[in-house]
Amino acid sequence: MTTNAIKLQVKNLNFYYGKFHALKNINLDIPAGQVTAFIGPSGCGKSTLLRTFNRMFELYPGMSAEGEIILDSQNLLAKSVDVNMLRAKVGMVFQKPTPFPMSIYDNITFGVKLYESLSKAEMDDRVEWALRKAALWNEVKDKLKQSGNSLSGGQQQRLCIARAVATRPEVLLLDEPTSALDPISTGHIEELIHELKQDYTIAIVTHNMQQAARVSDYTAYMYLGELMEFGETDGIFTAPKRKETEDYITGKFG
Amino acid sequence: MSTSQAIGSEKAIKVMSQSTQRNNAIYARRRLVNGFNMLAATLAMGFGLFWLFWILWTLLQHGLSGLSTDVFTQITPPPGSKGGLANAIAGSLQMTFFGILFGTPIGILAGVYLAEYGERGWLAPATRFINDILLSAPSIVIGLFVYEVYVVTIGHFSGWAGSMALALLVIPVVVRTTENMLRLVPNSLREAAIALGAPQWKVIMYVTLRAAKAGVITGILLAVARISGETAPLLFTALNNQFWSNMNQPMANLPIVIFQFAMSPYEDWHALAWAGALLITFSVLTLNILARWFASKNNSTH
Repeated sequence: MTTNAIKLQVKNLNFYYGKFHALKNINLDIPAGQVTAFIGPSGCGKSTLLRTFNRMFELYPGMSAEGEIILDSQNLLAKSVDVNMLRAKVGMVFQKPTPFPMSIYDNITFGVKLYESLSKAEMDDRVEWALRKAALWNEVKDKLKQSGNSLSGGQQQRLCIARAVATRPEVLLLDEPTSALDPISTGHIEELIHELKQDYTIAIVTHNMQQAARVSDYTAYMYLGELMEFGETDGIFTAPKRKETEDYITGKFG
Repeated sequence: MSTSQAIGSEKAIKVMSQSTQRNNAIYARRRLVNGFNMLAATLAMGFGLFWLFWILWTLLQHGLSGLSTDVFTQITPPPGSKGGLANAIAGSLQMTFFGILFGTPIGILAGVYLAEYGERGWLAPATRFINDILLSAPSIVIGLFVYEVYVVTIGHFSGWAGSMALALLVIPVVVRTTENMLRLVPNSLREAAIALGAPQWKVIMYVTLRAAKAGVITGILLAVARISGETAPLLFTALNNQFWSNMNQPMANLPIVIFQFAMSPYEDWHALAWAGALLITFSVLTLNILARWFASKNNSTH
């Protein structure tokens, strides 16, 4: 398999919020078709790092990134890269469920319509495919015309995953996707991550150590804007190389 | 064992009763202060409502007796003969309609700019400041402005001039409510749409404006309520007309007809003025209730 192929290569990445140096010289290779988890205490820069992969930080003034992030042999931080095309390729799911104020069906088609023109039948197929991918189809197939807001929190989050999957991105960024959900919904979404990694490269930020251990193949531990340790999840959790990592994952610190 | 327990519990009861007494004193005082404040607040509310209901009552008393089918079918009469307010009602409706038609798109676009594009630079704060001034500007100033730049230029009063003045009153209201409603849309929703690769105008059109829709409609209804009773800006623009007229001619409208008829010495005109006042008040009341209904619908979806 392509276990060793690199999807995202982060090279000497530095990130600033105004004068604050939030990410310090990050070097990291994210393998294709695998789940990479980012763990670390609040404020360590793991979400910031995730938000550089689709240049979300550019929405806000005063933020800047230096260095390179290579996606398919192209530096995605380069000015020449069309940011909307990049975001179509690198999907993202956020901490809080954010269904759009429209029907379940339209929630899914919103992203698809941006870059593809499909016939009605093709679009129906795509919606079903995405909802099945997100393990939501059976629950909503009879109420596709209902508002996305009418779903429960866990269903809304799966709708958001379906929406991100529907545009068929290559990379899926998950920013604490289960922190607002109950254990059952969390379980659904973790199973889903397992399913999805066959087709996508997944990067997940989580505060939940067990979750990182359960869902990821690789784990990166970050602290104060630095990448402390990165490696296969089994290695990080059973035999961390650094004392700081061990202290954090055993709960002595953080 | 059991005796010491008994002594212990006796002690505890004593300590408890002491603290209960102290608490009772504190609670009595709090109840008193609470009662006083409740009374004062209720009286103040009653005082306000008293005048409001007196006004409504007077209006109903005089207005209902003047109300008849003639009011809606006959045009404004000369003194001493029978008539209605049909031309004034039609004029008011037309000018309000066109005022909203011109003012709303400009107001929504400007509100979108302020909320969605105006993060950086000086233009948005300056626009917001000027809009606030416009919002609190006396409406007679707006009337004089349109008189000076439009009525004087074309040489006569007209319905269009009236609509222009009303549109200028609509704009700041709609700008303000649109901006405020868009600011209530959580940023996470914007980010979610942007993260799919949507360009900003699509995010605004299909996601944020749609999320703020009920609030924006509320703003428009409130703007209709605001302009439908305006007299001063129409005095310098549409003026009045005793007969049916088109938008290019001076145009009858309820507020000015009420003003003219109420100031006259004729009984018939007084009755019509009361009927007109009743019509305007209840239209505005209905609009406000509609606006509230839309606003509450908005709240329930978030």
